[in-house]
Amino acid sequence: MARIELKDVKKRYGSVEVLRDVNLDIEDGEFIVLVGPSGCGKSTLLRMIAGLEPITGGDFLIDGKRMNDVRPRDRDIAMVFQSYALYPHMDVARNMGFSMEIRKDPAAERASRVKKAAETLGLTALTERLPKALSGGQRQRVAMGRAIIRDPRAFLFDEPLSNLDAALRVEMRLEIARLHQKLGATMIYVTHDQVEALTLADRIVVLNGGDIQQVGSPLELYERPANKFVAQFIGSPTMNIVPVTGGDGEVKTADGSVIKLPHLPDCGAAVELGIRPEHIDVVDPSEGDLIGVADVVEHLGSDTNIFTVVEGLGPLMVRKHGNIPAKSGDRLGLRIQPENAHIFGPDGRALRRVLEKVG
Amino acid sequence: MTHSPKPVLAVGKYAALLAYLSFALFPLYWLLKIAVTPDQLIYTEGTNLWPSEFTFDNFRSVVFQTDFLSYFGNSLYVSLGTAAVTTLVAAGAGYAFSRFNFAGKRLLIAVMLITQMFPLLMIIAPIYKIIAGLGMLNSLTSLIVVYTAFNVPFATFLMQSFFDGIPKDLEEAAMMDGCSRFQALYKVIFPLTLPGLGATLGFVFTAAWSELLFALMLISKNEAMTFPVGLLTFVSKFSVDWGQMMAAGVLALVPSCLFFIFIQRYLVQGLTSGAVKG
Ligand SMILES: Nc1ncnc2c1ncn2[C@@H]1O[C@H](COP(=O)(O)OP(=O)(O)O)[C@@H](O)[C@H]1O
Ligand SMILES: [Mg+2]
Repeated sequence: MARIELKDVKKRYGSVEVLRDVNLDIEDGEFIVLVGPSGCGKSTLLRMIAGLEPITGGDFLIDGKRMNDVRPRDRDIAMVFQSYALYPHMDVARNMGFSMEIRKDPAAERASRVKKAAETLGLTALTERLPKALSGGQRQRVAMGRAIIRDPRAFLFDEPLSNLDAALRVEMRLEIARLHQKLGATMIYVTHDQVEALTLADRIVVLNGGDIQQVGSPLELYERPANKFVAQFIGSPTMNIVPVTGGDGEVKTADGSVIKLPHLPDCGAAVELGIRPEHIDVVDPSEGDLIGVADVVEHLGSDTNIFTVVEGLGPLMVRKHGNIPAKSGDRLGLRIQPENAHIFGPDGRALRRVLEKVG
Repeated sequence: MTHSPKPVLAVGKYAALLAYLSFALFPLYWLLKIAVTPDQLIYTEGTNLWPSEFTFDNFRSVVFQTDFLSYFGNSLYVSLGTAAVTTLVAAGAGYAFSRFNFAGKRLLIAVMLITQMFPLLMIIAPIYKIIAGLGMLNSLTSLIVVYTAFNVPFATFLMQSFFDGIPKDLEEAAMMDGCSRFQALYKVIFPLTLPGLGATLGFVFTAAWSELLFALMLISKNEAMTFPVGLLTFVSKFSVDWGQMMAAGVLALVPSCLFFIFIQRYLVQGLTSGAVKG
């Protein structure tokens, strides 16, 4: 088990800066998810932790020891690859026991550990098969078995579920969550799928363009996104973000409607209002902050998605629990829940009141 | 692709295949036919598909009355030596080209490509001067050196494509599992490259086995002659002894055939493994 620290860690390929000053403390036993769009440097960061990619600058520590220049084999970290990377010429049992074979552990111990891991992962009947005779889900399990067998200090996962179909992905996600509960090991998990991030993580690290945007628990990121990028990346459906004119405790739309936001700070004129679809109430047209005209209405049974167009503001998506009897062309009163509204300044950063209300 | 094969199409396919095969194999058949034809019938029954009489005399006299065995041994030595050395060098170079980035890599690849563009005839004279200067004329080693030099570029590209076909993740997984780079190489990568090694060995062996030009230039002593050069002595010595020449030719096919039977199961895998991601 291990505590992992990154201090001003940088990565450059030639003159291209891929990661800038990454600072991150990972507690022993924590499940950290690195999330961000494709090409933002997630895999690169993971591979630097694994030792497969040299670190250009900064310090990387495991349990307080600097590990920048330690070979992968001496870091005692296991990794599950996106491609699974099973050895094609070895059967399942040998694939799983390979690390112990290399360490020259006694054969009897290796056999019993392989057997136990195969039981945990439901692979007992398949131990003599070659990888090519396995389905995608089974290969994924073998790759996980290969990682857990050595009881490493930390686990790394690089988009382990992205090659599976949707149903299997949900199943394996649960399995990984269970594995983390059972082993209590430090895990770092890379994905571009925010659902995986929200369901698995103790803390999520949102990366974009080589910078950490925000680090926090799933709920923190959902409730208090630090900037526009995080606000739009986390949460589904995506947060509505519309331009407004700021004022003291209120904002104005282009056609003069006023939305009261008493807990938000006095902000400059050119700001943006962010509000999640589920934080807009549908009310009588005479009562709401705004009037929206329903464009498309999706009845999902459990929820209703209403795509409205608001005069002077633009499109605004509303999501309500249950079945709302709205249809295309309806004029709906919309009320912005003030406690769930966000204001983003011109630089995209979220603006908050510095002092929380006392008492 | 049709799901239910049409019989007409199937017959057509086999007919085409048969036509091609008979065209390709006919010279070999003729080789065999003349080898078993008694000398006195070679001209009288020149165009018969099968001689009226049948004999192994040609084989017997080739093996026991000529220097055939010595040529054969020399060729085997040179070809095996060339195949082994070339494959070893090409495997190392191919691995480096496939896995590492280093200064001058592109230049090196370009130079290797350029060496493949010159007609052999242009460089025969300089090679002769070099080998003569080193006092290595009439030595089999000089042939191995020259053949290796000529085959390494292509063999390297061949090996590189095999290494490229093996995902990098596999080595990295092995290194995460506790291997050093070298251990990862011989425990994981090497077993997966066997088809590639087989294909390269086979290719180089055949090329060296049938090489005539350099062998002719660099070897003049009878006891150092390789098989293709030795074959020419049948022309002068016995005023073209067709029967013996053909018998020798049939025997010369044997090692090539054996070699390919031995490596063919790797070869078939090997030729496709580059195309499909493993
Ligand atoms: N070997 C390399 N050489 C140059 N650039 C690279 C290399 N590997 C990755 N990159 C670049 O680094 C960036 C981050 O890549 P990566 O970490 O794979 O992104 P992610 O996993 O988040 O999709 C990308 O812009 C990619 O083009
Ligand atoms: Mg990636």
